[in-house]
Amino acid sequence: MAAAAPAAEVRPRAATAPGPSRLVTALLVLPAGLWYLFLLVLPIAIVLLFSVGNRGETGGYAGGFTLDNYQGAFRNSGPFVTSLYLAIAGTLLCLLIGLPLAYFIATRGGRRKTLFIILLVVPFWTSFLIRTYAWLILLGRDGLAGVGVDLTGNDAFRLLGTDAAVLLGLTYGYLPLMVFPLYVTLERMDRTLVEASKDLGAGRWATFRQVTLPIALPGLITGSILVFIPMMGEYVVPQILGYGQTFTIGSALVLRFLEFRDWPAGSAMAVGLIFIMFVTITFYLWFTNRGRRGREQSVV
Amino acid sequence: MSAPAVPIPAQQTMRGRAKQGVDHTAGLVEAWLRAHTLLVYAFLYVPIIVVVVYSFNGTNQRVMHWEGFSLRWYEFVAQNNEVQRYLWNSVVVGLGTAIISTTVGTMAALGLQRVPRFIRMPFDALTYVSVIVPELVIALATLVFFASTIGRDGILTNATGITLGFGYHTIIGALSLFNISLTLLLVRARLSGMDRTHVEASYDLYATPIRTFWQITLPQLLPAIVAGFLLSFTFAFDDYLITTFVNGQGTSTLPLYVFGQIKRGVNPSTNVIATLMLLVTLTLLIGGQWLLGRYARRSGGRAGLGQGGVAEIVAEGGT
Repeated sequence: MAAAAPAAEVRPRAATAPGPSRLVTALLVLPAGLWYLFLLVLPIAIVLLFSVGNRGETGGYAGGFTLDNYQGAFRNSGPFVTSLYLAIAGTLLCLLIGLPLAYFIATRGGRRKTLFIILLVVPFWTSFLIRTYAWLILLGRDGLAGVGVDLTGNDAFRLLGTDAAVLLGLTYGYLPLMVFPLYVTLERMDRTLVEASKDLGAGRWATFRQVTLPIALPGLITGSILVFIPMMGEYVVPQILGYGQTFTIGSALVLRFLEFRDWPAGSAMAVGLIFIMFVTITFYLWFTNRGRRGREQSVV
Repeated sequence: MSAPAVPIPAQQTMRGRAKQGVDHTAGLVEAWLRAHTLLVYAFLYVPIIVVVVYSFNGTNQRVMHWEGFSLRWYEFVAQNNEVQRYLWNSVVVGLGTAIISTTVGTMAALGLQRVPRFIRMPFDALTYVSVIVPELVIALATLVFFASTIGRDGILTNATGITLGFGYHTIIGALSLFNISLTLLLVRARLSGMDRTHVEASYDLYATPIRTFWQITLPQLLPAIVAGFLLSFTFAFDDYLITTFVNGQGTSTLPLYVFGQIKRGVNPSTNVIATLMLLVTLTLLIGGQWLLGRYARRSGGRAGLGQGGVAEIVAEGGT
């Protein structure tokens, strides 16, 4: 080993690290590039094209140019409103439940932090469908609802088929996605800031509001985006726990594409969903860039 | 020896004063945080545990009506050819997606290190879009794309006269999109944290790029690649939405079967199938964790993994 070292020094340094050739690099990137082109860019382009087309006689797409599909989607904005309201409420619920949890793990977890995180990953890892199904039987006639109604005689325990059950399922399904980024930001937080705030006479609430919350804000925004977007496009939860009566964008899209085979009308709705997502992400990028600029200025 | 005795009482009085002086609600807040955490974990686990427990229910009809411990519904599922066919489809789709996603994703992560900026920028954008876009959008867009190219009356079908149609290939192709990006992000995070000195040492010792890759780079990337493989497999194995859009004749998977049962009315065997699906993912998670732990020990901590293993990679990858 030691004998080889002088020999290596003879060669100029730049030449010692040739790396793969440009052809190899191109071949490495090509498959993923093809996947993005054929299964992401082109399909979305086709959806955009179909959204201004006419429906074929037996379903599908029949060319042409019309804005009727968008007019239809606007007139029929019920599913959008439902999904938007459920996704916002679900995101807030995740935040309300997730923030104290992430705070506890990050500041009180000690040596068991990893265990706490693993216990969050495990349910997140397991099948979303099965976890939703679990609530179906848990809330069902023979489960909690039955017990609740028997004990109190109050029908409010019959959650299945209502928006509340859907909201419960959404929160249950996506909660870990909110906790992960919150935990990461709170874990990196400089705890001496909290001490300093308390030393300066700030109470618990003031310290939380003025020190902890601003530090957690990036994680809070990331977590909110991570749960809001999939909640907007959710199909399984409203179908199973809402019995399909909570009519979301997801339900409307599946109906248009798989039952009616009305691709143009469905495509226009899908473009609406993509647009909402686009606005959300633009806000997110604007926010993170603003934060970065702010930090740079404060350093100067 | 007596020196440390001096600061200790001072510290104790300091701490004591802070506790008594300002904050009377401290104990209350601590108790609330604890109770909240306990409740959330109960909230997460109770439904799963209920399904597993009730899969051993010896009932005839009503799923949640406990009538004693029995394995009769396990026997029922074991003898059910239909369930086994769906299970087989799920395994094929899971393995296919995992193999393609890890290979293509890892290749891309390696290649992107050396790609010019004007290619890398749109590539990165597409990677993030494919991860964040709702699954439903991917599902319907790929359905429309496949139908108008290789479906009946599709452009390619009419041009070549060959009908590829829908099947394993469309499911695996559509599911791989998200998972390629996921593996790419996991491997790239690992690459950026990697110690370059080993690679340079390898080149200094006249190793070829291929040999350097096999002996230095790949072993260091292995934890991320294994995590990518396991995630892709479970994602595809458990997927409902994309699969329901692009499946073909006879390639329906287990989640589609379960969903159908839920819509038609569940019977006690649904709990058994659900438990088996949970078992598959849990076995993979624990197996992966164990594998990575052993690997980290053998390579003397060079793998650079915390105790979190797969879980840590997932949690960090999610952000």
